[in-house]
Amino acid sequence: MHFAVCIKQVPDTAEVKIDPETNTLVRAGVESMANPYDITALEAALGLKEKYGARVTALSMGPPQADSVLRQALSMGADDAVLLCDRAFAGADTLATSYTLSKAIETLGTVEPVDLVLCGKQAIDGDTAQTGPGIAARLGLTQFTYVLDVEWLDPGKRRLQARRKVEGGMEVISGPLPALLSVELEMATPRRASLPMLIASLRAEIKVWDAKAIGARADLVGIKGSPTWVKAIASPQLHRAGPKWDAAESVSAAVSAALGELFSDRDFEAGFAKGWKAEG
Amino acid sequence: MEEKFDAAIVGGGPAGISAACILAKRGAKVIVIERGEYPGAKNMFGGVLYGRALGRIIPDYAQKNCPIERNIVESRVSYLSEEGSISFSYRDQAFFEKLQNNAFTVGRAKFDRWFADQAKGFGALLVCSTVVTDLMKDGAGRVIGVKTDRAEGEVRAKVVLLADGVNSPLAAKTGFRPEARPGQIALAVKELIGLPEEVIDERFGVSGANGVTNEILGSVTGGMNGVAFVYTNRRSVSIGIGANLADLARQRVRPYEMLERLKLHPAIEPLIKDGKPLEYLAHWVPEGGYDSVPKLFGDGFLIAGDSAMLFNALHREGSNLAMTSGRLAAETILEALGKGDLSSATLKGYSERMKESFVLKDLKTYRRFSSLLETHGELFSTLPKGASEALRQILTVDETPKKARRQTAWEALRGRVGLFRLLRLVFDAWRAV
Ligand SMILES: Cc1cc2nc3c(=O)[nH]c(=O)nc-3n(C[C@H](O)[C@H](O)[C@H](O)COP(=O)(O)OP(=O)(O)OC[C@H]3O[C@@H](n4cnc5c(N)ncnc54)[C@H](O)[C@@H]3O)c2cc1C
Ligand SMILES: Cc1cc2nc3c(=O)[nH]c(=O)nc-3n(C[C@H](O)[C@H](O)[C@H](O)COP(=O)(O)OP(=O)(O)OC[C@H]3O[C@@H](n4cnc5c(N)ncnc54)[C@H](O)[C@@H]3O)c2cc1C
Repeated sequence: MHFAVCIKQVPDTAEVKIDPETNTLVRAGVESMANPYDITALEAALGLKEKYGARVTALSMGPPQADSVLRQALSMGADDAVLLCDRAFAGADTLATSYTLSKAIETLGTVEPVDLVLCGKQAIDGDTAQTGPGIAARLGLTQFTYVLDVEWLDPGKRRLQARRKVEGGMEVISGPLPALLSVELEMATPRRASLPMLIASLRAEIKVWDAKAIGARADLVGIKGSPTWVKAIASPQLHRAGPKWDAAESVSAAVSAALGELFSDRDFEAGFAKGWKAEG
Repeated sequence: MEEKFDAAIVGGGPAGISAACILAKRGAKVIVIERGEYPGAKNMFGGVLYGRALGRIIPDYAQKNCPIERNIVESRVSYLSEEGSISFSYRDQAFFEKLQNNAFTVGRAKFDRWFADQAKGFGALLVCSTVVTDLMKDGAGRVIGVKTDRAEGEVRAKVVLLADGVNSPLAAKTGFRPEARPGQIALAVKELIGLPEEVIDERFGVSGANGVTNEILGSVTGGMNGVAFVYTNRRSVSIGIGANLADLARQRVRPYEMLERLKLHPAIEPLIKDGKPLEYLAHWVPEGGYDSVPKLFGDGFLIAGDSAMLFNALHREGSNLAMTSGRLAAETILEALGKGDLSSATLKGYSERMKESFVLKDLKTYRRFSSLLETHGELFSTLPKGASEALRQILTVDETPKKARRQTAWEALRGRVGLFRLLRLVFDAWRAV
C-alpha cells in the first residue's frame, strides 16, 4: 500500500496576527512548525504502516523553508518526502491548495497508486478544515473526517473502518479504499525520532516539485486559482444550550428523565443494544 | 550508532559553534548537539558581541547578513544611588568608522541561529532538540563519545568538546569539571522592551544603525555584589540586572524585584518609558574569574566558553572569550587529529594556546576583581549614597560659600563610608585592575 500524508507548515504561535489592512496572516518574524494535526496524521500513518505494511510519502506545499516539516516527517519514519514549491503556488486559498495537493497525489500515483491520503483535521492558522475534503472530492476518495481511530484496514478487501467524532458523540463508519482521512489530535501520540533517524533526515535530499512537475494548470494554482476573498474575520459566539434536567428536587427523577429521552432515539437504542459495534 | 565523528560538540552557543566552524572548514567530520529547538532558542545574554572575535571565525560576517542590531558608538557607566546618578560616557568618531563593529548588539535567538547556519554551510552537522545526558568512556577512562536522550542516542567521536554553558547538569553528573559554587555565579535577569526605532535614536542620541551601552553599578543591587545594564537594539532596549547567587540567597531577594526597582530609577525610567515588554529571561553568569577556571582538557575531551568559567566580570565580556576558546580548542583538535593522538598529551596544547591568548591573560590580570567586589560591600551600599550627597552639595547653587560646600561634600562622603575604608578601596581597586 502507499499512504500520502499532507503536512502544512504553520506559524508557531498561539496568537496569529492578522493584518487589518489586507486581512491576511502576518507571517514575518514568527517561528514556524509543522501543523500539530498533520504530525498526528503522520503518526497514524506510521502506525498503520507498521500494522499493515505500506510506504509513506509526506507532502507539503510551501516556501523552500517548509522543507523542515518534511525533514521532521522523515525523522519520524516517512519513507519519502516531496516539497511542492513554486512561486506560482503562493497566495493559495483552499480551492487552489486542494487542487495542487491532489495533482501532486495523482503524480505520486503514476509511480505507485496512493491507497490512503491522511490530512490533519485542520490547519491551526487557516482553520478552515476544507483542504482534506477538497482533495477527497477532487480525487473521488472515500471521505473520513474527524477520525479518532482506524479500527481495521483490510488491504485484501480494500476497505477500512474508522471511528469519528460527531456532535455529541462518536460514529463508526466503514468504506472502500482509496480513501482520505482527516484526523483529530486524539488519534495518535507523535513519536520522538531516534538519533540515527534524525541524523539521516538532516542529510536527506528533499524532492522539490513545481507546477510543471505535477502537471498543474497555471490558472488553477496560487493566487490566480483562488477566488476566495476574506472580507472580515470574527469569532462567533457559541450559543449551544443542550437539554438540561433539574436535579435539585430529586436526582433519580432527573436521571431517569434524561435516560428516557436518550432511549426515545431509536438509533441510540439500537447502538446501545449492540454495544456500539458496527458491522464490517 | 555505528557512525564515528572526528569531534562531537556539546552545545550550540558561541563557543560550540565557533569550534564547529573552524573544524568543519578544515574538513573535519563534526556533530553539534544542542538541546534547544534551534540554537539560541532559550539562550540569553546582555547583548554585546565583539567584531574581532567573530571576525577570526567568519571574516566576512557583516556581508553574510549577521543579524546585527546596532553598532556601539558610545559606552556609558553609571553609578546610581537611590535618587542620583553619576555617569561617565565615552563616544568616539572611530567607532562610527574604522572601529565600526568593534562591539555591536545582537539578540541570541537570531544570532545563534545565524552562526549555526554558517557552521552548517561549512559542513557541520547540527542536531537540535537533543540533550547530552552522559559521556561515554572506554576502559581506560578516555572519553570516546556522548550519550543523548534519544533512542539509539550514542554518538562516538574521537574527541568531545564540552561547550554546554555555565549551568551544566552534565558537569554535575560526570564531574568533568567541578560544579560552580554560588559565590562564583551571578544570577541575571533581563527584559526586552520594545520601542520605536526613532524613540530609541532620540533618547540615546544616536541614529539608525548605531547604539549605546550603559553599564550600571551602585545601590540598585540593594547592597549586593552585582551590576545592571541598558543596551540598545534596533527596535528594543535590553535592560537587565544581576547579583551574586550567594548574596541573593542570603538576602532572600528575587531578581525580578531588583529589575522592577531599576526600571523605576529616575535615571533609567525615561530611557524605557512607554515601552512594551517583549520577553523576560534569566540566566547564570560565571563570575569566579581566573581562580574558578577548571583544568581545560583531559583524555578525549576539552572544555570551552562559559562551561570553563571564562568570563571577564569587569569588562562584561563572555561571548568573545567563548568564541576565542572555541576557536583555540578547534585548532588544538585539528592538530591532534593530524597526529592521530587525542590523549591529553596533545590536547594539553589547548591550555598553552589559552595561556598565550588574551583570554587567560585578561582573567589573570583581573584575578582580584571578584574578591574586590566581595570584600568592598560599600561599593553597592554606602558609597553610592555618599558620593551622590557629595555631588548634590557641590552642585547646589545658593549663598553658601564654595569652600564650606566642599567641606560638607567631603564630610557627606566620609560620613557614609569612612576614610580608612575609602583608602582601602582605592588601594585594592588599584591592585585588582
Ligand atoms: C485570516 C486568513 C486570511 C486568508 N486570506 C487569504 C486570501 O485572501 N487569499 C488566499 O488565497 N488565501 C487566504 N488564506 C489562506 C488559505 O485560505 C489557507 O490558509 C490555505 O488554503 C489552507 O487552508 P487552511 O489553512 O484552512 O487548511 P485546512 O483546510 O484547515 O487544512 C486541513 C489539512 O489540509 C492539509 N493542508 C493544508 N494546507 C496544506 C499545505 N500547504 N501543504 C500540505 N498540506 C496542507 C493539512 O493536512 C491540513 O491539516 C487566508 C487564511 C487566513 C487564516
Ligand atoms: C545577563 C547576561 C548578560 C551578558 N552580557 C554579555 C555581553 O553583553 N557581552 C558578552 O560578551 N557576554 C555577555 N554575557 C556572557 C555570555 O552570554 C556568555 O559568556 C556566552 O554566551 C558563553 O557562550 P557559551 O557558548 O560558552 O555558552 P552558552 O551561550 O550558554 O551556550 C551553551 C549551549 O549549550 C546548550 N546545552 C547546554 N547543556 C546541554 C546539553 N547537556 N546537551 C545539549 N546542549 C546543551 C545550551 O542550550 C546552549 O545553547 C552575558 C551573560 C548574561 C547571563
